[in-house]
Amino acid sequence: MPTVHDWINNPLGIVEDIFAQSNCSPDWETKVLEYFKEKLKDNEAASWVPSLNDVPVHYLKANSLVKFRCFIQDMFDPEFYMGVYETVDPSSKSKVLRSGKYKDVAECGHQVDLNTKNAVTLERQTFYCVPIPGESPWVKESYSCSNPARVVPSTSYAPCRHKRSYEEDEDMETQPHKQKEQLAGPQGTTDIHGSGDPKRLETEAPSSLSNAASGCSSPLDLNFPLPGEKGPACLVKVYEEWELFKVNDILEVYGILSVDPVLSVISEDKDSSLVDPMDCTESVEEQRVHCPPASLVPRLHMLYAHRLQHNNPLLPPAASEASSGFLNDVVSVRGELLGYLTHVLLGDALAAEYLILHLISTVYARRDVLPLGKFTLNLSGCPHNSTYTEQLYRVIQQLIPSSFRLGMSLHNMNNLRLVPRKDYTANRLLSGVLQLAPNTSLFLDETQLEQGQLDSTGVRNITALGNLISWQKVDYDFNYHQMEFPCNINVLIASEGKSLLPFLTPCLPCTPHSPPQCDCHVRLQPQLAPPNLEQYISTIQVSLSPSLLNKFRIYLSLLRTLDYSISEEVTKAVEDDFVEMRKDDPQSISAEDLHRLLVVARLLSLSVGHTTLSRDRWMRAKHLETLRTNRTEQQKCVNGNEP
Amino acid sequence: MSSPSATPTKGKRTRGSNPPTPWSEDALTPPSRRRRTDDASTSDLQPMPTSPVTDMRSPAVQDTSLFSSPAQSRHSAPLNEIDMSSPLTYGTPSSRVEVRQRPDLGSVRKARQVDLHSDHANGPEAPASEHSVGQKLVIWGTDVNVGTCKEKFQRFLQRFIDPSSTDDENAGLDLNEPLYMQKLEEINVVGDPVLNVNCEHLQSFDADLYRQLIAYPQEVIPTFDMAVNELFFERFPDSVIEHQIQVRPYNALKTRNMRNLNPEDIDQLITISGMVIRTSQLIPEMQEAFFRCQVCAFSTRVEVDRGRIAEPAVCRNCNTTHSMALIHNRSIFSDKQMIKLQESPEDMPAGQTPHTTVVYAHNDLVDKVQPGDRVNITGIYRAVPIRLNPRQSNVKSVYKTHIDAIHFRKTHEKRLHGLDEEAEEKLFTEERVRTLRELAAKPDVYERLSSALAPSIYEHEDIKKGILLQLFGGTRKDFSQTGRGGFRAEINILLCGDPGTSKSQLLQYVYNLVPRGQYTSGKGSSAVGLTAYVMKDPETRQLVLQTGALVLSDNGICCIDEFDKMSDSTRSVLHEVMEQQTLSIAKAGIICQLNARTSVLAAANPVESQWNPKKTTIENIQLPHTLLSRFDLIFLMLDPQDEAYDRRLAHHLVSLYYQSEEQLEEEFLDMAMLKDYVAYARSYIEPRLSEEASQALIKAYVDMRKIGSGRGMVSAYPRQLESLIRLAEAHAKVRFSDKVETIDVEEAKRLHREALKQSATDPRTGFVDISILTTGMSATARKRKEELAQALKRLIQSKGKVPTMKYQQLFDDLRAQSDVAITKDMFEEALQALTDEDYLTVTGKTVRLL
Repeated sequence: MPTVHDWINNPLGIVEDIFAQSNCSPDWETKVLEYFKEKLKDNEAASWVPSLNDVPVHYLKANSLVKFRCFIQDMFDPEFYMGVYETVDPSSKSKVLRSGKYKDVAECGHQVDLNTKNAVTLERQTFYCVPIPGESPWVKESYSCSNPARVVPSTSYAPCRHKRSYEEDEDMETQPHKQKEQLAGPQGTTDIHGSGDPKRLETEAPSSLSNAASGCSSPLDLNFPLPGEKGPACLVKVYEEWELFKVNDILEVYGILSVDPVLSVISEDKDSSLVDPMDCTESVEEQRVHCPPASLVPRLHMLYAHRLQHNNPLLPPAASEASSGFLNDVVSVRGELLGYLTHVLLGDALAAEYLILHLISTVYARRDVLPLGKFTLNLSGCPHNSTYTEQLYRVIQQLIPSSFRLGMSLHNMNNLRLVPRKDYTANRLLSGVLQLAPNTSLFLDETQLEQGQLDSTGVRNITALGNLISWQKVDYDFNYHQMEFPCNINVLIASEGKSLLPFLTPCLPCTPHSPPQCDCHVRLQPQLAPPNLEQYISTIQVSLSPSLLNKFRIYLSLLRTLDYSISEEVTKAVEDDFVEMRKDDPQSISAEDLHRLLVVARLLSLSVGHTTLSRDRWMRAKHLETLRTNRTEQQKCVNGNEP
Repeated sequence: MSSPSATPTKGKRTRGSNPPTPWSEDALTPPSRRRRTDDASTSDLQPMPTSPVTDMRSPAVQDTSLFSSPAQSRHSAPLNEIDMSSPLTYGTPSSRVEVRQRPDLGSVRKARQVDLHSDHANGPEAPASEHSVGQKLVIWGTDVNVGTCKEKFQRFLQRFIDPSSTDDENAGLDLNEPLYMQKLEEINVVGDPVLNVNCEHLQSFDADLYRQLIAYPQEVIPTFDMAVNELFFERFPDSVIEHQIQVRPYNALKTRNMRNLNPEDIDQLITISGMVIRTSQLIPEMQEAFFRCQVCAFSTRVEVDRGRIAEPAVCRNCNTTHSMALIHNRSIFSDKQMIKLQESPEDMPAGQTPHTTVVYAHNDLVDKVQPGDRVNITGIYRAVPIRLNPRQSNVKSVYKTHIDAIHFRKTHEKRLHGLDEEAEEKLFTEERVRTLRELAAKPDVYERLSSALAPSIYEHEDIKKGILLQLFGGTRKDFSQTGRGGFRAEINILLCGDPGTSKSQLLQYVYNLVPRGQYTSGKGSSAVGLTAYVMKDPETRQLVLQTGALVLSDNGICCIDEFDKMSDSTRSVLHEVMEQQTLSIAKAGIICQLNARTSVLAAANPVESQWNPKKTTIENIQLPHTLLSRFDLIFLMLDPQDEAYDRRLAHHLVSLYYQSEEQLEEEFLDMAMLKDYVAYARSYIEPRLSEEASQALIKAYVDMRKIGSGRGMVSAYPRQLESLIRLAEAHAKVRFSDKVETIDVEEAKRLHREALKQSATDPRTGFVDISILTTGMSATARKRKEELAQALKRLIQSKGKVPTMKYQQLFDDLRAQSDVAITKDMFEEALQALTDEDYLTVTGKTVRLL
């Protein structure tokens, strides 16, 4: 009977055992899967498995069971491998059947006989996985702390260090807790989003480069969607039901780690022996991408994986389990959050209200081309040339599991690759900033915009952003054709005046009553003018207790997952209302307005934990919308030149 | 003489009792002799005659590499790579023709025959026909008997007739004569020694032979070659062709999506479709190595066997060891090219990235395809294990897979023939056809389909109906023989209206629905982006023509948003496309005319951001009338502003937000069904006008003309008649009817009238006035302008003989005199009219009489 450590430390042994016992009956595969599933059912047991996110690869035992919280960036071609093969011991001439599953290399030491009748060729699929893009530092930290499975080496290894992202460095001053022991790391001061230059990051990366996993010293491009990301990339070999996974899914994979140095040998060997005509199937670039050194990109043979609904460590994987308990004090948490955000938004309660709605919005369905439930928010009136947007982003980053701030400077727009593009030479999908996991927040900082000319890349990038905002889709560039990938990204635009984005999108709204393509535009009306913004925000943050912060985090992730319906009766009322409003002034409300009103009502109900729409909520939604539009109109009167 | 290359090599590795024989004569070896050569070897294989088993005893196996052959797949027939002498050579009675090796079938086949009767019971399905007394020789590892196989294939060639063939490869052949015999004649005439065989034909003729071809292509195809050549040289003994005829099967019914390839397909004949994404440079692959002894200059040739050359260790002449040196320029090489094929976008499940496969093309197939081509490739699927390091015994347990291409077929080649490609590309299962037919039989199919179109967009029934008809299109007519050229079958639609009335959404929907849709925005596209541009290919440094949206959507729909924001030069391109359906290009030395049989679905916003109901369509969107008249239907998408509508709209929107997916499914036909329906109708239904329909159309047209003539204006032009015909045809297509009947005409009339009512109503008179669209100004407006000019003239004349007048004064006078309000614009127009008559001139603020 294998002990606990056996199945973690030597899972291959277990696979072999089961294989040997089964006498070649084909059901051994399911038996293996069941075995590990059974073992991992227990939450406790699952946490003993070391995580590739937290522990650098070289601290992990080869061929042990590890887990990896990751994002499917690309899918490679399926490969055929020796499922079952026979080895012959040259001395005794005895033949042994062996399984090639969950292995990269058929290690045998003897002769392998491929011509045996018993040999079986099987198929497996390779996914290229990277850590979840834009994952907030608090998420990483929280996951790693909840995972007791530290492979503790004798060296001076700090468990949290390697996976700390650059943002975290920046964040330290604003992060009151947990930062003391990290302060040793160098503090980044510049804005990474402005450059996206990996070289500079390399030089400024934490000196603790002892970990190979961060891989910064290597020229190998690990193809992370966002600039400045770190962490191990991984080739995940999938054996079962790979059709169920999609690009951009986030997964937790349990699998056998394979870092056999032999895997890296090939790539070096190739250069010398290009004689074999078979070698020209893959170009050098392709080799580098598809067979990178195992020390940099470990292979993970998947035993068990589940798609993550969210990557919030504070919630159980199935979010609905937690909802019943938490929903009781949802209202009070909402109140607190509203207060907090109001302070952050310089005393603007209306903007704070809309920000909450935005943060819990998600595309919950699509009707032909129309995504339902998206709620893009445009916060205008942010002061130009100040660090306010940056501060705001930090606050948001602290609240939600994954986010990214894209400074819309001319340089960024003209140089960044937003849309993923297929690189046919290397045969891979070059990632772009818009390749993000569902429910990631994209913070577009328009205050960084300056005068100048957009080149063709810039125009394409802006169009891509426009498409994202209007249709929640990104057209990946496959050179000969484009492919549409639906996405679910919450876009928050901070701008000085009204955002320019909708004006460049295919649909051009230019009348006052047609809504902008971003679903909602709120003009920020600061009630306070603190002399030192940075200090002001950090004071607010410090005064926030960690337990309350955690409640906010749970609140925002949880409410997203709730179901929602409208009763027959309320439907009727809404219809009447609409007709009534149109009667008075047909110009006052259009179909688009009703669309938005319905989304606001939906989010408003959810934000207090209600799963059905009530009349009160409907009235409240209408009230909010009126307040908001009045403010926009007012603004227009004040300075007539705003579009 | 048989080719010198073939003779020595065949006997190169003989086994045991097998004497080196001039095998080239062996194709017709009597069975007895063949048996003799095999008897000795087959005896030791008796326990498992159909599988190449662990032939540990065979030295031939040992001396090849550890992994000489791909592993067995779970079920596939056993492989046969073991080095044996073969009866399959290309030697034929007429051996003056060069035999060309077929690297596409793997290294030269050295299959061995096994006598099936020497084993007892466990032989697989034995070949059906008896060969000779009690003997069945099959190629080792298969159930293929060379003689039988050859015979069957010859019978197939001689007898196969396919009267119902629509295959474009058979263009110009007599369908009632044996098809492939005609093709052989063609080869004799043309001299291109390649015989393409449609596997579908083979299957319908002889299913067993077909099965063998699919399962053992590398054995069966050489047999076919042999059979064809015998037949050919029997019939045309004097024919001179470059090399022997090669059989290239295509369209193996095992046609697969790249995603479905699995280990079972290894070494089988498959056809997959995809898009070429990369082609390598030409790779010379050694077929035969030439060695010369450095001591005695004795030379020998060694054939390459699976990428390896067995260097002779000892010179056979002088017995010196290690004296043989490879002479490169006397070795024989064949061309090879690596092609990367990517799954076509249609085959891909949503949310996944496309797969790629490596394809090797050999000899004359090299450079047949270019990156970007959509092709169907027929070939043999191969898997080769990756060796890590010759010094290490460990092996990377992964196979490299590739396809050895035998036949390429470009899927869009047919476009050159002007055929409707969807007919061939989109194959419908019988069941699907039945459901489609059932749906078509329903009386309300038209309404059903139109409501299934963009269900999230509310109402606008007529617009949806118009778009539906656009999806189906009219019947393509060709009058090029009589010099009139083709008639446009595509229906163009323009939507205009207030912003935010989901025009863009409709466009997006249509773009997603049709297989060849393109979506552009008027603002974002230049004339070049719409048509085509010439650019220098960075790799080849040649000028290449890059096609734009209009050409790309040939046979599809080009959705153009923000039509009004388009620059004039861009718009002018559309003139040709929208009527002639072609695009002429003359730039950078490339002069050509491309087909652009595309329907245009455009959306335009009014100039003043809000639709001004007091103005005409032209005034509202300010598009040139020449362009507007090319649209069959122009719809206004306006806010109707009435209570009942509001209520329904609200209900629709609210339900959108809470109905579950299942409920929605019930309500509407799903998009896939609609897609299939349209595709089926477009490819199979070609309605013709019936007698009554023609009469109805004539009547409708005459009526339309009459309406206007009463008021002294033209209310219909032949273009409108053409539109009506197209619409009626499209409506017949919706019903899956081959005949255009009166009901179709009625609906076409209704829809056309509705659209006209919306777009061509003169806001001043309330009449529908087609001249708004055709000349840009309503007849009444023109009349009024004239009247005003005359009034002004009278006014001036009444003033008597004053040579000059004050501009403002005149304006005021005219206003005082007139009973209708006269704007400054109108006044200026009137002045202009009089200036044109040379009656007066306007200089600054004074008006001078002439």
